[in-house]
Amino acid sequence: MDQLFNIAFLSGLMGATMRMATPIIYATLGEILTERAGVLNLGIEGTMLMGAMTGFLVTFSSGSLWLGVLAAAGVGMLLGFLMAFLAVHLGLSQHVSGLGITLFATGLAMFVYRLHFGSPTVPPIIHPFNQISLPLLSRIPLIGPGLFTQYSLTYFAWLLIPALSFLLYKTHLGLKIRTVGENPVVADTVGVNVSLTRTLCLVIGGGLMGVGGAFLTLAHQNMFLIDVIGGRGWVAIAMVIFGNWDPLKGALGALIFGFLDGLQLRLQGMGIAVSFHLFLMIPYLLTIVALISVSRKASIPAALLKPYRREEKGG
Amino acid sequence: MITLRLVKRKPLAPWARILIPVAAVVVTLLLSAIPILLAGGALWKSYFYLFYGALGTRFNLLETFVKGSPLILTGLSVAFAFRAKFWNIGAEGQLLAGALMATFLGVHLGGVPRPLVLPIIITAGFLAGGVWAAIPGILKTKLKVDDVVSTLLLNYVMWHIMGALLFGPLQQPGSSWPRSAAIIDAARYPILLPRSRFHMGIIISFLAVFVIWFINNKTTFGYRSKAVGVNIRAAHFGGINTTSVIVWTALVSGGLAGLAGVGELCAIQYRLIMDISPGYGYTGIVIAMLGNLHPVGVLLSALFFSVIIVGAQTMSRMTGVPTYIAEVIQGTALMVMLIFLLFTEFKIQVLKK
Repeated sequence: MDQLFNIAFLSGLMGATMRMATPIIYATLGEILTERAGVLNLGIEGTMLMGAMTGFLVTFSSGSLWLGVLAAAGVGMLLGFLMAFLAVHLGLSQHVSGLGITLFATGLAMFVYRLHFGSPTVPPIIHPFNQISLPLLSRIPLIGPGLFTQYSLTYFAWLLIPALSFLLYKTHLGLKIRTVGENPVVADTVGVNVSLTRTLCLVIGGGLMGVGGAFLTLAHQNMFLIDVIGGRGWVAIAMVIFGNWDPLKGALGALIFGFLDGLQLRLQGMGIAVSFHLFLMIPYLLTIVALISVSRKASIPAALLKPYRREEKGG
Repeated sequence: MITLRLVKRKPLAPWARILIPVAAVVVTLLLSAIPILLAGGALWKSYFYLFYGALGTRFNLLETFVKGSPLILTGLSVAFAFRAKFWNIGAEGQLLAGALMATFLGVHLGGVPRPLVLPIIITAGFLAGGVWAAIPGILKTKLKVDDVVSTLLLNYVMWHIMGALLFGPLQQPGSSWPRSAAIIDAARYPILLPRSRFHMGIIISFLAVFVIWFINNKTTFGYRSKAVGVNIRAAHFGGINTTSVIVWTALVSGGLAGLAGVGELCAIQYRLIMDISPGYGYTGIVIAMLGNLHPVGVLLSALFFSVIIVGAQTMSRMTGVPTYIAEVIQGTALMVMLIFLLFTEFKIQVLKK
């Protein structure tokens, strides 16, 4: 048991926590943005898979990792726009539209992958991102090597957390977004374009989800597997609720998930028989408990799930 | 400037309600031509093999029913819940709960008289799925927990429970794979037609269509369930115990999905594996929507989807279009149907300013 808690183990665990949390952070932040504007995007799981596949495909063909990331963001934005068309412009049920996008995008991702690569016995691979040790910070004893030797996409995710907080709480645009999510009628009355704001949030949010997916195929792994997302999109949906629609708390939830995921990987790597299934169940159970407490508070965006049609105002 | 907007329209005639899913299917097949052409498949040849592969030979036709059986049950499960506005996205987890229960009993019921084994398994599998769905039903009614998210999350909880059991107490002795021991012979669904996999579960799914139709149209419970779906406040003030209606609806809905799991286990796999369901629970949502939440609609759209799934194999072999075209078609069908349903309620008005 001594070996369990030595410094190398802890440092490795911290690094793994950060890595495994990264895709969830991107997806959670993207989902917070769209839900704050009043749209629940259940297309998240499929959007991440399309991001993972597109990022891999573009990097494989072009040799450029960053081009892959950009392409993943682009395809995520397109799917976000499709969600906006269905759920905002046509005002269809957000639940069913989102699930439709997930089904469609999942099928499309696997279809395009097969079309391009066929069914090779050994999956094609790319040369993934390298981890970067930040000067000075990575020399901090105990925590430095684990926390500050990461992929650039992970550092970027950490910058995004305060950035989204700032956007939502400190800027005029953020106020508009929150008003659209809380009370679109008021927003409309004071001249905020409700559809445009929601569309914008869905597009940007979709882009973040795409990048979250691409992290898995371009950094965490070097290949695309059909179950690469493995429910991480739904974990993000859960973390949004767990984090009370707040970027900081949502990211904290993502870290807890990253920790559990990292811990079970480490323990397995050391040959300790743990049921990783029991570990990975915890975030879902925590979220259901969080859901129970959330339903008693008013933190949920009041207009979430409600389509807004101007002409229905007052009648 | 010309702007378009949506305005409410009068309810459509009954024939239009039948025409709309048919039109949605046609539009879906038209749209699906794009990925088929991109994949280099000749269009007519591809669609010919899609349908020939599913209906052209006796064996394939029967396979279409074999694939259709779990889809009918999960489609019914979702449709029955949605009708009462209980948003059950959890048919996948409820299916797994049923399969898990069937595995547990199928492995351990060796000492029970043979004729009792299947009735016990089927009842218990129904209850397992039902209880797993009743949990979010109770959470919704008692604690106001959003049912979409809770049912969705419980799918993963059940998947991990299954994983933990398959690596633990349910694992086949001596195996290092996550799979259970085989169930006993008495727990297998009888095969009803020689040289095929046409099994008893298919009859169960057709019976379920009738039973749900009967509940919906001929019983007080069906009436109450619908009333809750139309307007829960009005139902409440009309003297209906809405909590009890939602929980019972959830129980029946989950039970149907549980039966799908029992069927896959006792008629197809004979042992539990992690990928016992390729997402039947999620496909059930599309089927329920395409079937307009009506049991007969569900039956027809489930069979349509099993044609696509079974036929995609042959199409892929003959034309090189990847089998995942089946998933693309499913996703497209759902979105097309959604848009079509919108136009049953609204029409587009052109405004000139």
